Amino acid sequence: MNSSFRILIKSPKFMFGACTLLAMIGLVLIYPLFNRSDPLEMIALAYQPPDAKLLLGSDNFGRDLFLELIYGIRTSLQVGLIAGVFATAIGLVIGLTSGYIGGMIDNLLTAVTNIFIVIPSFVILILISVSIDSRSSFVTAVIIGVTSWPWTARAVRAQTSSLRNRDHVNIAKISGYSTPRIIVSEILPYIASYVVMAFVLQTASGILSEASISMLGLGPYNTISLGIIMNWALVFEAPVAGAWWAFIPAAISIAMITFSLYMMNTGMDEIFNPKIRS
Amino acid sequence: MSVYGKYIVKKFFWYFLTLVIAVGLNFLLPRMIEGNPVSMIVSEMTQGMTDSDTIKRVYETFLIEFGIDKPLGEQFLIYVKNLLSGNLGTSFGLYPKPVTEILASAVPWTIGLQLPAILVGWLLGNILGAVAAYRKGVFDKVIFPVALFVNSIPFFTLAIIMLYVFALSLNWFPLHGGYDYQLVPSLSWEFFASVIRHHTLPFLSIVLVTIGGQAIGMREMSIYELNSDYVLYSKLLGIRDSRIARYVFRNAMLPQITGLALSIGTMVGGSLICEIVFSYPGIGTWMFTAIRQLDYPLISGCTLLIAIAVLLANFTIDIIYGWIDPRIKAAQMEDQ
Repeated sequence: MNSSFRILIKSPKFMFGACTLLAMIGLVLIYPLFNRSDPLEMIALAYQPPDAKLLLGSDNFGRDLFLELIYGIRTSLQVGLIAGVFATAIGLVIGLTSGYIGGMIDNLLTAVTNIFIVIPSFVILILISVSIDSRSSFVTAVIIGVTSWPWTARAVRAQTSSLRNRDHVNIAKISGYSTPRIIVSEILPYIASYVVMAFVLQTASGILSEASISMLGLGPYNTISLGIIMNWALVFEAPVAGAWWAFIPAAISIAMITFSLYMMNTGMDEIFNPKIRS
Repeated sequence: MSVYGKYIVKKFFWYFLTLVIAVGLNFLLPRMIEGNPVSMIVSEMTQGMTDSDTIKRVYETFLIEFGIDKPLGEQFLIYVKNLLSGNLGTSFGLYPKPVTEILASAVPWTIGLQLPAILVGWLLGNILGAVAAYRKGVFDKVIFPVALFVNSIPFFTLAIIMLYVFALSLNWFPLHGGYDYQLVPSLSWEFFASVIRHHTLPFLSIVLVTIGGQAIGMREMSIYELNSDYVLYSKLLGIRDSRIARYVFRNAMLPQITGLALSIGTMVGGSLICEIVFSYPGIGTWMFTAIRQLDYPLISGCTLLIAIAVLLANFTIDIIYGWIDPRIKAAQMEDQ
């Protein structure tokens, strides 16, 4: 584990992604300590252009967009991470169970996975969000997580079932190890890199999902996320008002976060998967 | 029965089961709203309405449509029966317009926008990805990060930026809608030109994002294939490079077709939100309106339609895949 971390540090793609992400997380954590005002406080006129005082101008309610952006990035990152954790955990459990146990359970779980890969998660996301009355950002994150696990489940299952009949697993079985112990000590280490990569991708797609669902007006209540900023900009016709500062910074922030996550993923992929190195 | 026939029947069975589950979710999830959904919805939508007669009529319409007083199983049967007869209920927001009528007016726009955009983006992305993997060097160094960056921009974000730059600042394209409002839809050149002008920006924004994602996948597959033994063997045999490139392209293409099937749901979802940005008169824009008005029948009509469309697209791709995948053909030959 230590050595693979040392290789990772040498990958420029991974480091670029990780540094960008850390810089953003740092900004988001530190800035509110200096500027303690409430991001929802109205302090200016509607759509004031950026100047020395308001770094990114004001939105339709006359709120400081830079402060909103900072809080938006924070919520979006949180939602993405929670969704990533849930999606990866569910995918991992289902994938491991179906790949390791095999037989009927495998057939059943694979069928369920395949069915939920085909039904667009976007649709289920909308249906659940419409049906739930009070959505906090945590609830939104969990909903995104429980609708996006099938990819991970499929990948983990494929890996696990190819590992299942390897010699070291058979030896562990003969030695009388319990199933959970075999899975933890003989299977998991081999798929750990896949799981980490899946987690990074799930986090990125969680952030994108949150942005999409918030754009539709089904985002979390009582909070600011990047998608919600975009939704406000669209609902209150910021583009028509020429207020580029109301949506371009949020748009670029989403792209930056997901781009840095994708870069981390590609960097890891090239290290764990030497075959695709060009 | 031929292997291909068996393959189709098997696929059909699975897609039918998936369809049943999708319909079931579409039925069940909105009914999980706590309390009596009909009175909740009606009280919310009739806020500000004073005419108690209208309110009563609205209430009764939805009570019958939802069949809320009956057990869940019976409700589901009513729901399926209505579905089969093409009845998706009455819209709350545009009462008393039936949902099917609204959807029917929106479908041509959405299909006309998304089908060409996704196909063109997929094709261009694959060609670009293969070239990047084959040429390597500067070409790959530039294309790959750009594709990765474009792929991390959500569909609608690119749409909003393009709207701002090309429609607002440069005034090259119209701001919103599917055609100029003063025109009456007809089969004239003027109307056609207007439709094309309105189509361009949303089309381009979907194509660009699709290219990004597909190019990354294709590049990865091609590099994998380029490193495989058969390429080395062909090179040693002295086979021309262009020919080897064709082998590689064909081999890398197969997983990309499956990839298209798997990602089509996400693409459709993203493109639907693209429509909202341009107020394009398709399903996405209607869904946006429906969500803002809490128009449940219209929302669930939209989600059902999207689910069915994505399932159909997947089924079609699977059928084509079975037809071109040499492994399935090989199994067919063995059978005979």
